[in-house]
Amino acid sequence: MTDQKNRILPGVQKPARYTGGEWGEVRKKKQDVSLRVAFCFPDTYEIGMSNVGMRILYGVMNQIPDVWCERVFAPWGDMEEAMRAQDLPLWALESQDPVKDFDMVAFTIGYEMSYSNILNMLRLSGIPLHSRDRQGLHNMVFAGGVCTFNPEPLAEFVDFFSLGEGEEITVEILDCYRKAKQAGWSKEEFLLEVAKIPGVYVPSFYTHTYREDGVLTAVTPRDGIPTVVRKRIVEDLDHAYFPTQMMVPSTEIVHDRANLEVFRGCIRGCRFCQAGFSCRPVRKKSPEVLCRQAMELMDSTGFNEITLSSLSTSDYRGLKELTDQLIPYCASQHISLSVPSLRADNFSRELMQKLQTVRKSGLTFAPEAGTQRLRDVINKNLTEEEILTTCAQAFSGGWNNVKLYFMLGLPTETDEDVLGIAELVYKIIQAWKENAVNKKRGLRVHVATAYFVPKPHTPFQWEKQITPQEYLRRCKLLKEHFYSKSIEYDYHSPDLSRLEAVFARGDRRLGPVIEEAVKNGARLDGWDEYFRYDIWQDAFAACGVDPDFYTVRGYDEEEILPWDTIDVGVSKSFLLRERKRAYAETVTPDCRHGCAGCGANCLLKEVACDA
Amino acid sequence: MPRLLFEKTGSAVWMSHLDLMRLMQRAFKRAGLPLTHTHGFNPRPSVSIALPLSVGVESVCELLDFDLEGELPPLETIQTRLNAALVPGVAVRQVYTDGRKIRDLALLRCRLGLEYDGGIPAGAAEAIASLFARESLMVEKKSKNGIREQDIRPMIRELSVAEAGEKELRVEALITCQNPSLNPMQLHGAIVRYLPEFAPDFCTCRREELYDANETIFR
Repeated sequence: MTDQKNRILPGVQKPARYTGGEWGEVRKKKQDVSLRVAFCFPDTYEIGMSNVGMRILYGVMNQIPDVWCERVFAPWGDMEEAMRAQDLPLWALESQDPVKDFDMVAFTIGYEMSYSNILNMLRLSGIPLHSRDRQGLHNMVFAGGVCTFNPEPLAEFVDFFSLGEGEEITVEILDCYRKAKQAGWSKEEFLLEVAKIPGVYVPSFYTHTYREDGVLTAVTPRDGIPTVVRKRIVEDLDHAYFPTQMMVPSTEIVHDRANLEVFRGCIRGCRFCQAGFSCRPVRKKSPEVLCRQAMELMDSTGFNEITLSSLSTSDYRGLKELTDQLIPYCASQHISLSVPSLRADNFSRELMQKLQTVRKSGLTFAPEAGTQRLRDVINKNLTEEEILTTCAQAFSGGWNNVKLYFMLGLPTETDEDVLGIAELVYKIIQAWKENAVNKKRGLRVHVATAYFVPKPHTPFQWEKQITPQEYLRRCKLLKEHFYSKSIEYDYHSPDLSRLEAVFARGDRRLGPVIEEAVKNGARLDGWDEYFRYDIWQDAFAACGVDPDFYTVRGYDEEEILPWDTIDVGVSKSFLLRERKRAYAETVTPDCRHGCAGCGANCLLKEVACDA
Repeated sequence: MPRLLFEKTGSAVWMSHLDLMRLMQRAFKRAGLPLTHTHGFNPRPSVSIALPLSVGVESVCELLDFDLEGELPPLETIQTRLNAALVPGVAVRQVYTDGRKIRDLALLRCRLGLEYDGGIPAGAAEAIASLFARESLMVEKKSKNGIREQDIRPMIRELSVAEAGEKELRVEALITCQNPSLNPMQLHGAIVRYLPEFAPDFCTCRREELYDANETIFR
């Protein structure tokens, strides 16, 4: 007879995402392992399986003989409904065992709007949401990922956070847990011990005090617990663990290809960008190692596409050497090589031409702001001339499609800056008219604007977010200035970005809000099909929390920030200096033209910053 | 073109046809068996599967045509290497240097498992057997142009019903699978429509063997 789970599968969309059994999946025998980790990604299979970090850590944990790490993803709404109807708890893909059976439950969090999924996944697993309600070592919940650089909104749910890159610290954490399990420690004993591992933050060891007006006034650690926890990094990427035997999903995912990271960190210093600062310092992989790994990866996975990824791949010094080797290899193997996030410089233009021999990709720019003045404020060193030159070349090479990404609501932005976007778009249309070789099909310019969200650990971490009404006014203003039929303009609804802003810079008082929203059905907030702003508004009201406190209020430079406990390497004084330069409309050259003194090199002992 | 016979069972049944195509293309690559590619703007690896299989349906008789670059390795080598590169539930059963023209494929033997959680209701087997013995049997067929009525009886060549334990009835049928083709799950649809009292709690479906119009096994 067919079991309960297999009877549900015919009735749900894309059932293959719930069954496991993919190429490269790690299967072990339960009796052979002493520690089982349920590695949860708080979004659907298609999103989670596209995440390189998760793949690396899956490999890191499973190469430890007595550890079995399995994957768990958020179910789509139809599956969730069926699970609730059948009283079926959330399971891990490899063994199909309930998450509740696992020693440790790990989350990797890269997006604030997945917080509801974290709680919902715990709920679907039948695991108590609050750290204090989970007694003993079983179901120890820990989390890492960029969002945990401000972990406070999740402080009451997660037992401890693992900050920064996980290749080494994860092994140390598992060692500590194994020791605790063997010795029969209490949860308290374990947390005290795990807190000694550099990079581990145990939120329950800190007390937060607020003033009457809601401002955070003190963060008090328990005796013997560090005031500040510094994130971990891997210094030598050439020798760091990297899985060249990767899982290949059996059903289509968002990034259905091999992904090879060429370096970490960023030399650019765009002042709005959280990754650009919090992933510093710059560390590269050598072209020889990358080339070897690329070939091993392609042989072992059978993918027909590989991406060279990083925050700004044009800044990788070995790019020419690497692509010179990879292009002929890929061509002979029918593999298409894609190099996203290229800058509009000369070499990149040449490279684009070469890559075209494999497959023609689109042309995308992220000028972020419409005028040079505002681009100087945000330190986005992309000039109008660079954009127009690249467009002109591409148009004369037969391209008829351009995508442009901007933000609205950036610090100091005026209507002139907003209209600057329209002017830039018209110059691009003009460039097409002058350069296009085939005008029959017409030109498509796709313009998208996002609502600026100030992020922790950036020079804009103190900034106000403009009100949703003001954002919509600016969108409308811009829209009124787009006359051409060639322009397709999309603007994101402000609701999601407003919540993102709340949680990005939020504190512990948001815990009850998330819990209340999830109780009322919030989940899969990143998906239009499921996002319900009203649930969140009601949750804020019910908990007496004013979202404006975290958005339009802005943070005072003197204020203690909820994320001050977390040190990502970049110093606060540097961020303040950059903020002042922003207001002075002064650019800071990229790190390669002179060290700006961000402080992230304090994380390096063996090697120097490779900016 | 060389052809292989493979099965898709267990958890692999939840992969869609496109998923399976991707899996096969990647498996050839992992096995070190380079496929030739089509010419054109978007070169594609030369693999094609005879009859797309619905999600959730098991099969032990799938046919896949492929073309390798260079000289064809020994057939057993192809089978061994591919099987080492495939996932649980998908396995190559046999490799052939060449196959018959797909247009000669005509019949499919399939099996439905009708699961009754409370035990097989009395009279179910007989009622189902006589349902399919009717002269015509209209069922709803979903197509691109909406739902239409279709008589499935002419597409059923043979059909038998037998008990498999106390809670399962097995329907074995020989049906046409090309010109016109009958989706075996339509047999389940007919039971639900005409014999709602004997509708099972769950129905499994499996393709067992392929034949030409003369009922000779098709390869």
